[in-house]
Amino acid sequence: MNFPILSVITFLPFAAGMFLLMLPAQRKNEARAVALAAAVADLLLSAWVYVQYLTQHMQGYQFVEKYTWLNIPPLNIALHFGVDGMSAPLVLLTGIVMFTGVLISWGDDNPKVMSGIQDRPREFFAFLFLLAGGVFGVFVSLDLFMLFFFYEIAVFPMYLLIVIWGWVKTREYAAMKLTLYLFIGSVVALVGALVMYWAQYQNTGALSFDMLLMERANFSATFQRIWFLPVFLGFAVLGGIWPFHNWSPDGHVAAPTAVSMFHAGVLMKLGAFAAIRVGVMLLPEGAKYWSGLIMAFSAIAVVYGAYIAFVQTDLKYMIGFSSVSHMGLVMLGVSTLNVTGLTGVGVQMVSHGVMTALMFAVTGMIYDRAHTRMIPELGGMAKVMPFAAVGFIISGLVSMGMPGFSGFIAEFPIFMGVWRVQWLVAAVASISIIITAAYIMLIIRKVFYAPMPENLQGQVGDITVLDKTAIVTLCLVMVGIGVFPSVITPMISSGVNYIMNILGGA
Amino acid sequence: MTTELLMWLIPLPPALAFFAILLFTNKSKALSHTVGVGAAFLSWLGAMIVFVRALGVENLARNPFVSRINWMPTGDSYFQIGVQVDPLTAVMLFFVTLCVLMIFIYSVGYHNFGQPKGDHDVKGLPPHGATVDGHAVPSVEPMYSRFFAFIGLFAFGMLALVLTDNVLVMFMGWEIMGLCSYLLIGFWYAKPSARDAAVKAFMTTRVGDVFMLLGIAFLYSVTGSLSYKDVFSENVLRALASVPSGVFGLSAAGLIGLLLFIGTIGKSAQFPLHVWLPDAMEGPTPVSAMIHAAAMVSAGVYAVIRMFPLTSLDPKTMSFIAFIGAFTALFAATIAVAQNDIKRVLAYSTISQLGFMIAALGIHAYVAATFHLVTHAFFKALLFLGSGSVIHGMEHGVLHTGNHKVDPQDMFNMGGLRKKMPITFWTFLIGGFALSGFPLVTAGFWSKDEIFADAWAHGHWAVFLTLALAAFLTAFYTMRQITLTFFGEARTEEAKHARETPWTMTMPLVILSVFAVGYGWLGMPHWLTGGLVPNWFHDFVGSMLTEHQAELGFNIVPLATSLVVALGGLAAGYFMYRDVKSAAEDKLQIPVLVNKWYVDEFYQVALIQPAIWFSDTFVSKWMDKGFIDGILHSFGPATGGVGRVIRERFDIPVVNQFFGDGASEASWWLGRNLRPIQTGRIQQYLVLTLVILLAVGGLIYFLLTA
Repeated sequence: MNFPILSVITFLPFAAGMFLLMLPAQRKNEARAVALAAAVADLLLSAWVYVQYLTQHMQGYQFVEKYTWLNIPPLNIALHFGVDGMSAPLVLLTGIVMFTGVLISWGDDNPKVMSGIQDRPREFFAFLFLLAGGVFGVFVSLDLFMLFFFYEIAVFPMYLLIVIWGWVKTREYAAMKLTLYLFIGSVVALVGALVMYWAQYQNTGALSFDMLLMERANFSATFQRIWFLPVFLGFAVLGGIWPFHNWSPDGHVAAPTAVSMFHAGVLMKLGAFAAIRVGVMLLPEGAKYWSGLIMAFSAIAVVYGAYIAFVQTDLKYMIGFSSVSHMGLVMLGVSTLNVTGLTGVGVQMVSHGVMTALMFAVTGMIYDRAHTRMIPELGGMAKVMPFAAVGFIISGLVSMGMPGFSGFIAEFPIFMGVWRVQWLVAAVASISIIITAAYIMLIIRKVFYAPMPENLQGQVGDITVLDKTAIVTLCLVMVGIGVFPSVITPMISSGVNYIMNILGGA
Repeated sequence: MTTELLMWLIPLPPALAFFAILLFTNKSKALSHTVGVGAAFLSWLGAMIVFVRALGVENLARNPFVSRINWMPTGDSYFQIGVQVDPLTAVMLFFVTLCVLMIFIYSVGYHNFGQPKGDHDVKGLPPHGATVDGHAVPSVEPMYSRFFAFIGLFAFGMLALVLTDNVLVMFMGWEIMGLCSYLLIGFWYAKPSARDAAVKAFMTTRVGDVFMLLGIAFLYSVTGSLSYKDVFSENVLRALASVPSGVFGLSAAGLIGLLLFIGTIGKSAQFPLHVWLPDAMEGPTPVSAMIHAAAMVSAGVYAVIRMFPLTSLDPKTMSFIAFIGAFTALFAATIAVAQNDIKRVLAYSTISQLGFMIAALGIHAYVAATFHLVTHAFFKALLFLGSGSVIHGMEHGVLHTGNHKVDPQDMFNMGGLRKKMPITFWTFLIGGFALSGFPLVTAGFWSKDEIFADAWAHGHWAVFLTLALAAFLTAFYTMRQITLTFFGEARTEEAKHARETPWTMTMPLVILSVFAVGYGWLGMPHWLTGGLVPNWFHDFVGSMLTEHQAELGFNIVPLATSLVVALGGLAAGYFMYRDVKSAAEDKLQIPVLVNKWYVDEFYQVALIQPAIWFSDTFVSKWMDKGFIDGILHSFGPATGGVGRVIRERFDIPVVNQFFGDGASEASWWLGRNLRPIQTGRIQQYLVLTLVILLAVGGLIYFLLTA
């Protein structure tokens, strides 16, 4: 075994978080620097993994590491890491969001600007890294127990981050709602996982949480049909599946900017990813059986989220509900269970992650300076922060699936895949394309180009260099994928092929 | 350079210009327009070379120039994208690149290059003029460079769409143009009307795009490919025609064709999605020319022409197409009659002329539709640029008098401009006559006549009559426009001080007017020329079809109809408006026409408001906040309720009071009642011990002996 790169990626944020907590509290800039250094290191490492996978290996699980963690029969838990074509892009996505999240949270000591995190940055970054480490852990875990372990680690800091640094008006309500939803979801899924553990033991005599073994555990069709729904839905709650989506927009609104970026950017992908990894890949027969229901739920989510986003007056609620709609597309792609749809899912997870991260980042920048997120109270932002305006417009174009940007590369295959299964659903879901264009255009028109309200004139300044760096980074990803889809699609395809083998080549 | 490489290179210069201008030359106006015009010129040059080479190929339709590369991996294989030049693409390239180049050159003058910076000009508003030595002169557009960047991207989208060999890239080019139309219609974004128009254009065409996307998804799911070569192969077409789609009794081919056609309804502004096009006049005039002639709406018709082998398989779809086209042709013509804004008349005329093409396609007149598309692009580009020139001249008058309340676009403020702006007048007259179909000399006559001939020969009476009526109205409103604008005497002080525009604007007008006349001669029928001049256009484009449609012979009815409607309309327009002094004297200002048949108002009430109600009240308030969150919030009280019930009914009475408190009370009671025994006297205890000993002993004895 070579350099244990996945372990380093996963545990580096934890280590950095611990280190941050040991720094003196008044050393704010040192804490920020440490955070940035750790984020850059993780970004580079995850990019290295991505590039290696894309150029060298391109099949199955790579960078595999396996250590025994706990072996007291009947429990056998291993620290088993590895990435495939589905998870490697998500690891990179997490690296990108972590990096940009630190950049835009940097904070400015100029009291007039009040951008980023001013209050206790040391603790903020420590908790943020706890979250990031958990997310990395889920994406690379091949052991079902460890997957749960990291999953809970990822959820828990959200509560603290929202309650302490969140928006005063709703943070307690939102944090509680979010935590309850996600824990209940994961408990339901955990029950399913334990049942699978014992069923595997009965079938094969193996006592192991290793998911690669579980894929071959010969669960009976009835067993799969019974347990698919709790396992899939339990995780899919975090993916914002309708009708269990309501924690998500409330959470977005209450969370501080970087946390919103994480939440929409990677945390929701975590739910979708785990739902695929555990639900679809371990219980394929159940997935086939219930795919109609999942398709119905997600088609509703796609249109429903778009409609609600259309009438929101709070910018963050708007983006929050648009996330519900876009994650609905992810679930819709999952429910097709065909190559085209699942390829779209892989790209959409990355595309949407980057896109919402950017939207929330810009919203945060506007809020920090204008002190309002209400769309009717904003205007003329393109004049004072042209860079942010361009960034928001690009992510808006991604959101509406404009060719030349990553959104098109993602949504087009999803619609193709859905059409193959059921054209009516594709037709209904396509309504969202129109509505999405409508709310994005209306926001761009009002927030960025309409005349600036008088009370804001002279109050709002331009964004910082760090903010611009974050925007450029995110835009590069969206345009890069849009123009050169082969930087991501071969990888996703290899991951999808693996899933298709499990599904019996259907 | 090989033709294959050249084909790849044609769309690139405008795209590179877009990036170059935005990133590097944004500060320098001269550099920016050099880059922009240079890029358009390179594209034009490349297109001409390819066009000439294409002419030299025997049977180009069967052996097109093709070049493909792998683009997006899809599992085991690759999705290929490529470029292809067949006769249809060749004629498209010819007029698109030429019009684009003319529009680019024109933009230099239109945006007042070389004029001083405005006194109060701000970004996002049209320039208001500057003061030099006490005289008001036009001022240069503040976002001059940005304009060339956007319009370059627009040209790129169109060229990509024309040159591609598959439906996916066609859709991508289509969407890029949608985006650019948004950016350019809203170019003067500080005007609320421009912002609204931009959103409206984008949204309305978006509705069509979604249908098109679905059509593409359907096509792909049935055939597994999106390249023209595969989709239009005979086996695939036969299969598509025989598979039922399960919707409206259409075949798969019919449904795909229908969905793609709805995309065209949006882009080519056909009824009922035509509402965005007149509002799109809010953009700068070169943009209008771009949208109306060179790029966007032509792309819509081009898509239907391209998909013709597929759509023509289902008669129901074809009837629908014919109906929409013919209806739109007449419908838009009636509105154009009552418009007073010089650009709006042209906008409705575009909608109407596109209806001609669509109707022609609906009755299988493939070549006629293509021919009209090309000729229309030339004369409509000419007319738009001409109207821009008129407006520019009028603005000069407005600057001179300083009365900014006078609308330089209202035709009733003009009059007599033929003397002030002779080049604009003569070229506009040529364009207008071409649009009206002035017999024999203009291109519009030949292309329109061919549509009539097809409709007549194949017995499409309804289409024939509708189009004839629309053609009459066309000639009428065109002459009304020309009369009001150029003839008679100046009706305002501003019109008296109008001035001819600079050479960068008039030169494109002259060049385009040559084509507005000359291009028609390429499609003159055999019966007229006696075979001296081959009907080049018919042979060239007609070879695209599997079954070659024979050229129609001579027939007096369609020819006579063409003549009568064109000349009659022109005459009526001239004589009715020769002496009209103001809008009040115009007898055709009928409210229903002026208000465009109230379609916008109808959409507001029937679609937009219900959609908002549905989003806001139904989905957001009732479903999400009320129902789903309601259930969630009821969990809190419900859990509390369950807890309370357990506490009050079980925990307090049973566990607490009966067992818990009961046990303690029992102990207490026992203790209190046993207290009298505890006297502290040893003797008493001993007596008691003796009594118990005896009792126990007696009991044991009794048990043992029993």
